[in-house]
Amino acid sequence: MTRRSRFLSVWLICGLGFLYAPIALVVAMSFNAAPMMTVWSGASLRWYVQLWHSPALMEAAARSLGIAAASATLATLLGGAAGIALARAGAFRGRALFEGLIAVPLVLPDLLIGLALLLLFIALEAVTGWPSGRGVTTIILAHATASLAFVAITVRARLAGLDDTLEQAAADLGATPLIVLRRITLPLIAPALAAGWLLAFTLSLDDVVIASFTGGPGATTLPMVIFSSMRLGPTPVLNALATLILALVAGLLLAAWKIAPVAARGTRD
Amino acid sequence: MRWLLGPSWVWLLLFVAAPAAILAGIGLLNPADTVPPLAGPIGLGGYGGLADPFYLRACLGSLAVAAVTAALCLLLGYPMALAIARSARRRLLLLLVMVPFWSGILLRLIAWIGIFRDEGLLNSALRALHLSAEPVPLLHSDATMLVGMVYCYLPFLILPLEARLATADRRLEQAAADLGAGPWQVFRRVTFPLSLPGVRAGLALVAIPVSGEYVIPELLGAAGTPLIGRVIWDEFFQSGDWPQAAALATTLLAGVLLPAALLQRRRPR
Repeated sequence: MTRRSRFLSVWLICGLGFLYAPIALVVAMSFNAAPMMTVWSGASLRWYVQLWHSPALMEAAARSLGIAAASATLATLLGGAAGIALARAGAFRGRALFEGLIAVPLVLPDLLIGLALLLLFIALEAVTGWPSGRGVTTIILAHATASLAFVAITVRARLAGLDDTLEQAAADLGATPLIVLRRITLPLIAPALAAGWLLAFTLSLDDVVIASFTGGPGATTLPMVIFSSMRLGPTPVLNALATLILALVAGLLLAAWKIAPVAARGTRD
Repeated sequence: MRWLLGPSWVWLLLFVAAPAAILAGIGLLNPADTVPPLAGPIGLGGYGGLADPFYLRACLGSLAVAAVTAALCLLLGYPMALAIARSARRRLLLLLVMVPFWSGILLRLIAWIGIFRDEGLLNSALRALHLSAEPVPLLHSDATMLVGMVYCYLPFLILPLEARLATADRRLEQAAADLGAGPWQVFRRVTFPLSLPGVRAGLALVAIPVSGEYVIPELLGAAGTPLIGRVIWDEFFQSGDWPQAAALATTLLAGVLLPAALLQRRRPR
């Protein structure tokens, strides 16, 4: 082993330590019987029990899971269609604008997405009467908008790696476009769609800023509850919650990675 | 496959293009006590207030934080990316970098609050070592905020950079070494220049979201630090001055989209 590669390995290990030490700390503290981080008084599940008996947190968690599932599904439908079109439609009118609009939510800070969509909902309500007030529905629409680009890019990348001979062959044999889509294209991109759905789900479950803007009274999501109690000072119950969510997300990410490595790479590159 | 474009077009125009236009437009109005708190006439509106030194300071402060965070991420992340790109266990190491990336920004900040707070890990270590009898106020400071920013955004730098490093042609380095270049010279003259597109993409992916970050400064930063994300939030939610918030947000939008568009143009397809 050369001196340079040893330096790189040590640096990498330290870097991963920096990324994982705080996470390990939270997981360890969630099983600590003492409420303080600085005292270890034995292993205990008391914070998990207390979490189970916190109606505000559990209710927000259920709401957030619902929002995440709905917005991920919507983002997958829209982003999937956009991804297929981008990979297979060739040149079409306004393609540059289309690609630009798809990419915009990828680069914008959440704050801008949230504020702009809130103003849209208010303007829409003033003109058409819909949506009357804001709540779960508007959060779902906003989250779907923020994450559909991830699905589109994942699907596009998957299709770009496959030439369209299968689709051509099916069409030559008399399949209508709808049958080509259903029997050929969709099965080909199924892994990308699944991975995209999982990523959209994760993004929604982690968002506090967009939901704060586009939500309304009675639509408090789990990250919003966590955020406001973190401002006051985190409680040990949050360590337990963090550990559970971490396990969920790591599991989902592992699944996405198994299904389609390119998707889990974030496609932000 | 063009018919697939229809729904995506509608969605993108309604939920991406229209909100941006409304956001820019509301900046032209004036605040009022009505619901929604907007009044005519159309004029300079919130844009007129942008010259206020307070907003200027917030913009410059955000730029500085974005630049420093991106630079720190590059310093810490470049050797990590290089080590991963050269490793035989690339896929596993990438997954290790990605798990924190997707595992929830709030939950990872809980750990840092626990480390930095008055009765937290660092302060009790200082007390145990008799370095300080009184708790040192570590939590709400610029340094703590930067630690949180680097911690949360490091993977954004590593992923695109690693992708670039892994695809670079190793034979060029070999050739340089054969021609008598030392390891440092090989890095400076071959490896680093070849990785520049990845460096650029990584820096942008860190600096852009950091410039509009709200959650991290709010939880870890000093109370009064004016940053553009916090100022927009406060103008909107606390002061209720929508035109001012919209004008600031439009400025941030332009500041984010222009460099992103330039970067996209420079990237070879």
